Amino acid sequence: MHEYPITEQIVKIASEKAKENNARRVTRITLVVGEYSGFIGESIQMYFDIISKGTLCEGAVLEMENVKAKWRCPSCGIDYIRKPLSFACPQCGQDGEPTTIGKEFYVKNLEVET
Amino acid sequence: MMSGKEIEVVQNIFDENDRIASAINESLDKRGIFVINIMGAPGAGKTSSIINMVKGLPEEKIYVIEGDIESDIDTVKLKELGIETIQINTNGACHLDAPTIEKSLLELTINQPGILFIENIGNLVCPAEFQIGEHIKMLICSAAEGSDKPYKYPLAFEKANVILLTKCDLKEYVDFNDEFFLRGVRALNKSVPVFEVNAKTGTGFEEVSQWLRNKKN
Repeated sequence: MHEYPITEQIVKIASEKAKENNARRVTRITLVVGEYSGFIGESIQMYFDIISKGTLCEGAVLEMENVKAKWRCPSCGIDYIRKPLSFACPQCGQDGEPTTIGKEFYVKNLEVET
Repeated sequence: MMSGKEIEVVQNIFDENDRIASAINESLDKRGIFVINIMGAPGAGKTSSIINMVKGLPEEKIYVIEGDIESDIDTVKLKELGIETIQINTNGACHLDAPTIEKSLLELTINQPGILFIENIGNLVCPAEFQIGEHIKMLICSAAEGSDKPYKYPLAFEKANVILLTKCDLKEYVDFNDEFFLRGVRALNKSVPVFEVNAKTGTGFEEVSQWLRNKKN
C-alpha cells in the first residue's frame, strides 16, 4: 500500500521527462533508493507494472541503486556503516552523527526510445 | 529508425508531497494555527498524550485530525471531551501524507487560531519520511517499548523536534536503560528535548504544555 502513491509519482516524473524529450517510450528508469527512504524495490516494481500500463513507461525496466546509510564521526571525520544497536565510530568509539547518505529517494535517469 | 537515449533526471520523488506540505503549512500558519505531527508506535500513548496536552493548554483552541488504519475509537474519545476532531481512515496505508491532509482539512472548520494535533498512524518507520504540513514533529515513545528504539528506528528520532517518553512509571518493570536510550537519542539529535511523562496520572505534562506554549509563540 505504502509504495502505491510513490510509484505513481515515479511514473509521472518519468513520463513528463520523456514527453519533454519527445520520446516514444521509456525503456529503463533508474532510481536511487537509500536504506532509510523506507521504500522496498520489489514493491515498487510490483506497483510499477500496474500503474505504468497505458503510459509512456509501460514495459520499462526499473533499476534500483541501493544506498546504505552512513554515519560520520565528528572526531575522525570518516563515514561508516554502523553496527546494529550502536552509532559508535569503528575507529575511535565515539558516537557519530547521521548524514544524508542513505536517505536518497530520487529518479536518477531514464533510457528512452525516440 | 529507433534510437536509445539516456536522459538525466535527478528529481526527488517526495517533491510533490513536500510541495503540498509547504502549502498546507503556509496556509494554516497564516490563520494562526500551529501544527503538530504526532508520531509513534501503536499503543505508545499518542491519543492519551494529546488529551493531557489539551488539558494543559486551556487557553488554546484545539483541533485534532486522527489518522487510523480503521475505526474511530480515538475520535469518539476526543469528541466526548469536546475537542474538535475529524477522522481519517487510511484503509491499510501505514502513514499520512500531505495530499491526504489537504483533503481532510476541507472538512475541518477552523474559526479561530490555535493548535492542530495530527495523530499519525501508529508506526515508527514511514510517518517520519512524509511531511504533512507540520510546524513540529512530536515523537511519542513509551518506556514499555524498550530503550533500544533510537537504534532500531533512527530516522524517527533524528527528525523529532520533541520527544515524550511515556509510561515512565513502567521503567523499573521493563528494565528500561535510561543511559542507553539517551545515548542513542543524543547521537541522532543533539538538542531535542525529551520529556518523561505518565499519561495516566498526568505527571510531566505541565512541562510539555509550557514547552509547546513557548514554541508556538
